[in-house]
Amino acid sequence: MALGLLKSAIAGATATHLPKRPALKPGYDVVIIGAGGHGMATAYHLARYHGIRRVAVLDKGYLGGGNTARNTAVIRSNYLTEESVRFYRDSVRLFRELSNELDYNILYENRGQMTLAHSDSDLRSFRWRAEVNKELGVRSEVVDLAEVQRRIPHLNCEPNVHFPILGGLWHADGATARHDAVVWGYARAACRLGVEFHPLTEVTGVEVKGGKVRAVETTRGRVACDTVVQAVAGMSSEVARLAGIDLPIHTYPLQAMVTQPYKPILTPLVSSPRWHVYIQQTSRGEFVIGGGSDPYPLYQTRSTLELKEALCSGITQLFPFLAEANILRQWGGITDMTPDYSPIMGLSPVDNYYLDGGWGTWGFKATPICGVTMAELVSSGQVPELIRPFALERFYAFEQINEAGATAASH
Amino acid sequence: MKQMHCPLNGLRNIDEFVYGGEYHPDTEPTETDTRACARQVFFHHNRAGLVIEWWCHAPSSFWFLAERDTRSNTVVRTFPPSELPSGQDGTP
Repeated sequence: MALGLLKSAIAGATATHLPKRPALKPGYDVVIIGAGGHGMATAYHLARYHGIRRVAVLDKGYLGGGNTARNTAVIRSNYLTEESVRFYRDSVRLFRELSNELDYNILYENRGQMTLAHSDSDLRSFRWRAEVNKELGVRSEVVDLAEVQRRIPHLNCEPNVHFPILGGLWHADGATARHDAVVWGYARAACRLGVEFHPLTEVTGVEVKGGKVRAVETTRGRVACDTVVQAVAGMSSEVARLAGIDLPIHTYPLQAMVTQPYKPILTPLVSSPRWHVYIQQTSRGEFVIGGGSDPYPLYQTRSTLELKEALCSGITQLFPFLAEANILRQWGGITDMTPDYSPIMGLSPVDNYYLDGGWGTWGFKATPICGVTMAELVSSGQVPELIRPFALERFYAFEQINEAGATAASH
Repeated sequence: MKQMHCPLNGLRNIDEFVYGGEYHPDTEPTETDTRACARQVFFHHNRAGLVIEWWCHAPSSFWFLAERDTRSNTVVRTFPPSELPSGQDGTP
């Protein structure tokens, strides 16, 4: 046994997932800015299904180092508007098959998600959401308190609390997955098909001539390209500005934290709009706790005691035993919030410069469907039906998709 | 807790303040130009860097302006609206 160990020590590490950073070529067919889940999924779909393999994915940092690493890995499709429900429904379906698709285990777990109602108005909006969901083939139903308690035995369902729980919106399609593995899987599969991934390559300028994108300037030189896809989450406004595009976005931090591990006692993902808090137990036992956005815009991933206090006070109302728990880690991500809590996808004022932004607090769950639709857009130049409602142009036409089912929309 | 200097009340805890949006100079779009209206209502500079924005000290309902760095969350200075320089677009 010791000899085997010695052998593997001499042989060195096992094969890495990704090739070393290649030399940057002077030009590509497609440049994708941002090597997170969305960017890598788009690259994968371009290479795998559209035969477009001269693709470079550029990132100022490392693979999946932005909000792909910082989200709380919630997968669900129980939104309120038809446009969103269709879109996220297709995303959830893709997530189910993603481990097979990528030949990479993303640890997808169909846990179900329970949103708690603390008032009559909560229940009214849940009925509305459930009906829209069912109509579009998403499994959602309003359930009473006994059913909530049955599914979540450790939830405090006592009536003598500040905001008693009246019932819930049960979403059987709710799920979670290993968020880092999603981008690793896409990156590995894309690079095997010839896509180039360039970490530590910051885009510093976008060359637009005659209303069409021609090249990007990077910290490693100029790269000519026919098409650019921007998928940079929290930095959407700043990167779009390089191409002279204004976006209706405010950038806010969103904070989360993780407790020490416990035995597996909580299967569903649980969310309380009233307490601005949501929770899930990861497969290694830790409770991931997240909430609403910070009260003012900021491009910084710092944590604040006030927000952590708010998360703790909310979650201990729901799960009193967590008052004993230690917080192991805390962090923040910067989210690009749109006025209507829906993404901005598709065409921009610059030809061949495509937007995948405005992902606020709902980006991770959309990763696979963004790969599919953005790749289709790049390949055909036609905006797929599914993402047409999310065009930037909707703000000029006053046709917003008011998505009150989004995480931070409960504010 | 983080604190901010209110031009009226001095140094106060940050949770006494309410964010009021980016400062934009008054540029009323004409009523017929709906694109300009949309721009004014929905679009923001949202810069990573120094910005001027409206804040309100909630207990005293006092509105003022703050110059803040949105990368570091440092408030450079705060001042009452009477000191507003003319012709600025929210970017110093």
